[in-house]
Amino acid sequence: MTVLITYDVAISTEGGAKRLRRISKACANYGQRVQFSVFECALEPAQWVKLKSALEKIIDHKSDSLRYYYLGANCKNRIEHIGAKPSIDIDAPLII
Amino acid sequence: MRKLLNTLYVSSQGAYLRKEGETVVVEVGGEKKLQLPIHTISSIVCFGNVMCSPFLMGFCAERSVAISFLSERGAFLASARGAVSGNVLLRREHYRKADDADSSLSIAINIVKAKLSNSLAVIHRAIRDHGAKINVNLLKDAANKIKRLIKTLSDAKDLDEVRGYEGEGSYEYFAVFDQLILEQKEDFVFNGRNRRPPLDNVNATLSFAYVILSHDLRSALESVGLDPQVGFLHRDRSGRHSLALDMMEEFRSVIADRLVLSLINRRQIAKKEFAKSASGAVTISDSGRKTILTEYQNRKQEEIFHPYIDEKVKIGQLFFIQANLLARHIRGDIDGYPPFFWR
Repeated sequence: MTVLITYDVAISTEGGAKRLRRISKACANYGQRVQFSVFECALEPAQWVKLKSALEKIIDHKSDSLRYYYLGANCKNRIEHIGAKPSIDIDAPLII
Repeated sequence: MRKLLNTLYVSSQGAYLRKEGETVVVEVGGEKKLQLPIHTISSIVCFGNVMCSPFLMGFCAERSVAISFLSERGAFLASARGAVSGNVLLRREHYRKADDADSSLSIAINIVKAKLSNSLAVIHRAIRDHGAKINVNLLKDAANKIKRLIKTLSDAKDLDEVRGYEGEGSYEYFAVFDQLILEQKEDFVFNGRNRRPPLDNVNATLSFAYVILSHDLRSALESVGLDPQVGFLHRDRSGRHSLALDMMEEFRSVIADRLVLSLINRRQIAKKEFAKSASGAVTISDSGRKTILTEYQNRKQEEIFHPYIDEKVKIGQLFFIQANLLARHIRGDIDGYPPFFWR
């Protein structure tokens, strides 16, 4: 399944910059960064449980926010991209 | 069914692969070109001057992601694997079966049967689809000869006899292979198989397709805990992945040869992608290799019905399924090794 993760971290609060960094690293381990605070993660349900709990441990629940959008298995039809920074399709041939 | 994971091919010269967290990062000229979570790929293939950090290699070994290093032209150089792990009992049984003449013989017969019958499938398909354009009599003749070989194969008494039938079968098959090339005939002339180095465009493409196929089979065998070096049909030779070559026999014609034929017949690959060196060896250009890899990866996503496990699977999954069935046979769960027969 594919989950779209977006986040807002209050970097002006104490330890904000550190939380931001840790969130983006945790997300990068499971998916690809499509915009600055937006990740698309294709993962198995078990991996999703892991990632979710990792993220929720990092954030400060009073000042930060996380949003998950569940795109399901057929996510390709639901995503359209325009402009710079096109995402890579992890099912297509990967040749660099 | 296990999900079919992607293979990362790196052919940019001077690229550097490293580990970052749980991800693989590809850098070219110091610039980050790609960052991928490790769980989305099952193997990495590097062409030419591509470097991998030792930490990435260790990480890949831990996650059983196979890394192969090939030369720019696609010749196998080395592969990296971690500490030997997996099921030691299975491996021991594998060696015992490989040493035992009767067990090796029955597995080898099954594999060669599938190989010949799958080459038949390629010929039959050409007759069916392009019967008007080609010399059907020639093809039917070869098909009948191969059919007879398949029948006599069951009575083979030793491995040398099996190898003899296999050789005869592939000779008959490659003797009519030129007939299956329908387009660009003047640029793609095929007069029998040659390799090391390949001397014409068709052979160069075939050789390249076989190399990428053997990488996939090697990693499939490793993932089920078999030793890819100990074969039944192919003899042990230091550095050779004999079992991967054994397993490849089932797939050569239907996956690699058909891929090459459709690339030529659909004009996806052309004469300008090939260069001949002074020694007569033919090499494929970067863009040509890219076309072959892309088409190969696309083909692996196509679905096919597997009669033995009675399920629809992706072509790329076939390697894992067959490796698994072989492991089950070696363990003694099933009586014979059921090879894959294309229909």
